[in-house]
This record gives sequence, C-alpha cells and structure tokens, in this order.
Amino acid sequence: MGNNPANVKTVYYFGTCLVDMAYPKAGMAGIKLLQREGVEVIFPREQGCCGQPAYNSGFRQEAKDVAWKQVQIFSGNDYPIVVPSGSCAGMMKFHYLEMFKDDPEYYEVKKFCDRVHELTSFLNTVLKAQYTDKGSPVKLTWHSSCHARREMGCTEDSKALLRQLKNVELVEIEREHECCGFGGTFSIKQPEISAAMVHDKVEDIKSTGTKKFLTGDCGCMMNITGHMGKEKVAIEGQHIAEFILERING
Amino acid sequence: MASNAKFNFKKSITDALADKQLRANFKFATDALRGKRLAVLSDPEETLHLRKVGNAIKRKGLTQLPQLLEKLEAKCQENGIIVHWAETTAEANEIVLGIMEKHSGHKVVKGKSMVSEEMHLNKFLEDKGKLPLETDLGEYIIQLNHEPPSHIIVPAVHKNRKQIAQIFADNIPGVSYTEDTTELLAIARGKLREHYRTADIGLSGVNFAIAESGTLCLVENEGNGRMCTTVPPVHVALMGLEKVVEKLEDVPPLYRLLCGSATGQRITTYFNMIKGPRKAGEKDGPKEVHLVILDNGRSKILADTQLRQTLQCIRCGTCLNHCPVYTRIGGHAYGSTYPGPIGEILMPQVEGLDKKGMLPTASSLCNACEEVCPVMIPIPNLIRRLRDESYDMDDDGIVKGHGYKKNRLETMVWKGWKLTQVNATCNKLMLLGVQIFGNMLPKVGPLKAWTSVRTAPKFARQSLKDLAKKEGIRNE
Repeated sequence: MGNNPANVKTVYYFGTCLVDMAYPKAGMAGIKLLQREGVEVIFPREQGCCGQPAYNSGFRQEAKDVAWKQVQIFSGNDYPIVVPSGSCAGMMKFHYLEMFKDDPEYYEVKKFCDRVHELTSFLNTVLKAQYTDKGSPVKLTWHSSCHARREMGCTEDSKALLRQLKNVELVEIEREHECCGFGGTFSIKQPEISAAMVHDKVEDIKSTGTKKFLTGDCGCMMNITGHMGKEKVAIEGQHIAEFILERING
Repeated sequence: MASNAKFNFKKSITDALADKQLRANFKFATDALRGKRLAVLSDPEETLHLRKVGNAIKRKGLTQLPQLLEKLEAKCQENGIIVHWAETTAEANEIVLGIMEKHSGHKVVKGKSMVSEEMHLNKFLEDKGKLPLETDLGEYIIQLNHEPPSHIIVPAVHKNRKQIAQIFADNIPGVSYTEDTTELLAIARGKLREHYRTADIGLSGVNFAIAESGTLCLVENEGNGRMCTTVPPVHVALMGLEKVVEKLEDVPPLYRLLCGSATGQRITTYFNMIKGPRKAGEKDGPKEVHLVILDNGRSKILADTQLRQTLQCIRCGTCLNHCPVYTRIGGHAYGSTYPGPIGEILMPQVEGLDKKGMLPTASSLCNACEEVCPVMIPIPNLIRRLRDESYDMDDDGIVKGHGYKKNRLETMVWKGWKLTQVNATCNKLMLLGVQIFGNMLPKVGPLKAWTSVRTAPKFARQSLKDLAKKEGIRNE
C-alpha cells in the first residue's frame, strides 16, 4: 500500500479501445492497482476510443467527433482521468488541445486535458504507490512507447515502479529510444518499413537474453508480440500493470 | 534523381530495405551523428533554451519576410552584390546560365548547395554544354558516381570507405584502388585545387543572409566554400528566400544550433561572411558577386500560418539522423531533393500532394524528429496536416493536389468506426462482433499487411467493459 499523500478519493478510468478489445486483463490490473491505493475507480462504460487512429490517418473530423464524445462522457465530475497507455494519454492530453484550438469548446476540452494522467506516472508521482515483491527472481526488459517517452514523459515513472520490485532485474535494451514500428495505421499503410522496424526491435529485445518484456502500451505490445509469434521467438510480452499486480499478490 | 522521373515510393522502399549494405551504412553513420550531436548539445535545459531562441528568431523572421527580403536586397546592392529573384527553379537556372554566358564561362566550381539540388542545376548546365563541378567531398564522390545526395548534410552517407575507394578507382583516370582515407583525400584535393584555379564561376549556397548589413553567411568544414567564393572571378550565391535573418545577433544562436545539430560541432572549421566583390585596392576576392533568391513555392507555404513552420528549417539534417524510417530506407528512397521527415513535409508542399503525397505516409509519428529539431518545427503535426489534406474531407485544402486520396471505401470505414466510438449501442455491437468473429477474420486487406510479419491480433472473449461490470466497478 502506498500513502496517497494527495488523498485522492476518486478517479475516472479510460481503458482504451485496444485494452477493451484485446487486453482486458491489463485494463483490470490497472483498476486494481488504483483501488489498492484506496482510490475509488469509476469506469464509464459508454467510453470509446481516444480518436488517435483517425487523427493520425487524415480523418480529423471523425477524430474530433470521437474526442468530443469522450470529453462529454468524463465531464460529470472533475476527477483525474487515468489511462493505462502513454499513447492514448498523450492524444487526450495534448492533441485534443490542438484539434479544438480554434473552437468554442476549447476551454471545456482543456479542462478535460488537464485531468489526464498516464497510469504509471499517476501511481508513482501522485499516489506514491509502494510495492513489495512476492515473486521469484526474474530478468526482464522494458519497451517504452514513443508517446509515453516523448509526450507523457512517463518512462521513468514506469521504471521507478519496477525498481521497487526487489526480485526483478531490469535489463535495458540498447535502442530504447527507437520506435517499434507500430504507429497505428502506419503498420498497414507502410507494412514493409514497419516490418523492418519491429524486426530490429525484437532483435534488440532478444539480445538482452531475457524471456520477458514489459510495456505500458498495448499497441506496441500487439506489434512486438505479434512479430515474436510469427518468428517463433519465445519471449513473452506483458502490460506493466498486469505484471506488477501479479508480483505483489505473489 | 530527376523530379520528372516516375516516382514509385513503394518500389524504392522495397529495394532499399533489401539492400543490407545500405542499411548498415546508414545505421553506422546516423548513429555516429546522433552521438556527436548529443556530445555537444549535452545539457537538456540549455539545449531546450537554445532551441526556443532559434524557433523565435525564425518565426519572427517569417512574419516579416517580405520586408526583410527587400532590406536584404537594398543592402546587398549597396555592397555591390547583384541581386536576382527567381520564382521558379527554371528561372533560377536561366539566371545562372545568363551570368555564365555573360562571362563566356564554361567551368563552374560548386560549394554545397541544396537549392542547386532543388534546381537540378548540374543537369541543366550539362545539357547546355557547361561543366559544373562539385567540390564538397561528399558531393564530389556522388557526382563521380552520377548520383543525387542521400542526405542534406552528408550527401555520400550511403557509401562506405570501400565503396568510395572503388568509385575513385573507377572514375578518376590514373587513380588506382586505395582504401587509405588520407590518400583518397589527397587525390580529391589535388584534382579540386586545379579546378578552383581554372574555374570561370564559383557557386555556393547561403546559410544565413543578414538583412541589416547585406551579409551572406556560409557554413562549411572543408574550405571548399571559401575557395569557390574567393578564387574564381565571379561568385554566384543561391538561397531559398527563407534564409534571411533580420540582424547579425540572430546568427550566433542559429549557427550554434546548426553546427550542434548537423555534425555535433561547436563551430565549423570555416564560417564565411561575404559582403560583396573585391574592392578597389584589394588583392583577392571575386570581381562580381551575384545573389539568386529562389521562391519555388515558398511564398505559398508562407501564406498559411501552420504550414509556414516548414520554412523555419535551417537544413541541419538532424531529423534524418533520428528518424527510424530514414535510417532504414535511406535518402534516395524518398525520390526527392529533401528526404526524411523534413522532406515529408516540404516536398508535398513544393511539388504537390498528387506527386509526393506518399511521403507523409512514411512516418510512425514517433516524434523523434520533433524532439531534436533545432528550431522546433512540429513535424509530426505537419505530417498530420498533409495527411488531412490528402483526403481533404472538409474541402478546405490549400496544398497543391489536395484531396488526391479521397475515396469512398476509406471514408466509409472511418465514418463507421466513428459510429462505434460515439454511440454506446454500436460500441456494444462492435465489441460483440469482435468477440465472436474477431479471431476468424480472413487475412485480407489491412490484416494481410499486418500478418505478413506478425500473428493476427487475439481478441478477448470478454471486453474490459464486460469484466468491469462483472467486478462491480462503478459505472459513473
């Protein structure tokens, strides 16, 4: 248990569409980590996607419509909005502002953006979560999504949480700064470049000699584990929330 | 690469990715350049401060561009520099040719100039029977091999030492194969010295043109720039119109940013400030100096306040070195004068989305370019803008060729997607569909592209919404 020094009582949870469809366990783990700090979690079930796929693909109006819907869904209270993804959080925190900068809704959108937090940074810096590792010794590596690193700046928070786990040895990859090649629709619009990028990322992870990698972004995970599966590489990928929950529950 | 040649981006990507040597060369060189940059711009706070200053100087300059250019013209003329304006690259080529003809010139020695690449000046002059000779070592190498540059700063970055040794042996009469870099350098220097002496015209680019004093600044490391601008009797400087700055004080921060970002240097070996031709009583310097100011679509870019940021670029090339796409496919694959992230936003605006609209698709929007850009150009957001303009769903595009990609299928897909994300019932139905059919989708279209190197995504039997409901998580 941590000390929740800011005495946060309630948060909203934005699960992300990918977690909803493909990684619900990771999403639930994030909820449980928040609850463990004595925080009540509200998960509005009308929520959808953050809008990033359309925003990055040339369909700005569709992205704006989806974004505006999310702003409305989370407008009931001014609780923090916690997101188990650096990329979706970055979209909601920074790009909503960009999309609405010339619109009458700007300040309403801005109030929403100011409330957005990435999960691991919220756990580490706001709730000051403390973890006791109950798992057996393990070596693993970490993949940071580009938007976790360059938009939300939460990579160090994720690692700080992992370093609390005393039986976990974190082996860093050589080119951690480099994109895994997912990029949402980039992976299908430029499949060959994306393939070369994910191949290099998997080689980099392999060279750490670990059997597991963690990440805070399920888009990257789907990309990297998908390539590992195709190449029959026996390395497991897991969302950091799910991993931490397993370790502290023993 | 001639701009009128049919551009097949997909094929050039495939070819580039298949070339293991090319990938190794780019990885080696760009890793080294990134390391050097970081060694000089090592303090993140100071670097950010400097980048903000650079951004402010360029942004402000662009708001006053017409006035600054007029002032530059007047001051240059006072200094004895003959100023020419070219709206198109064709006009710029004719101006250079006109100057050469006036002096019955045949041989022109060239310092590095990206604007001359934009003009395809070498080919133009060769077609007119002239002899343009590149003197920057990298440019010299690729001219020998009849190639365009693959990088803004290091034009022969795609070649390693052995390949360069072979190019020298194959193309310079009387030279035998050697991998010794000192020998290779001596060979190039020997040839070039003779050319400087006998050239009719010297040509250069311009890094900064100072409006208040009519001074042309040229940044270089090899001394070839100084040779080209001082030895031949006539000097012709080529600049894009965005290179003008207001005053001398604007130069040091931009110069520091340029050196640090481009080559990881604190200062370059040479920094030339050119303020006109040889004066009466002076013993050296050209007798005539010309400045050609090229528009080539820039004033149109200037007209849009978002797109305008493209013109802040100081051509350091660091976005190339940090781009995970550029470092894999190399510069030639972009089929354009400017490759990499800056090329992805500049070329479609200059040549049209219908011609170069594919370039902005070659980005995962990882933000690596934006993180290092010395003048803080928001490249990812400009890529998004060009993607918007490619479909032009709101019919308000302004970039040439806007809407070239508009199609019913994608429009339907995204409108359908939107419905599933703004309407709770549609969202439920979509999730149900994914749970039942998601794992047996036929591998066609996007899924085919995805599964070419990955297993298909595995959709969960219960969504997070199902789990949250089951676990009694509060629903607002």
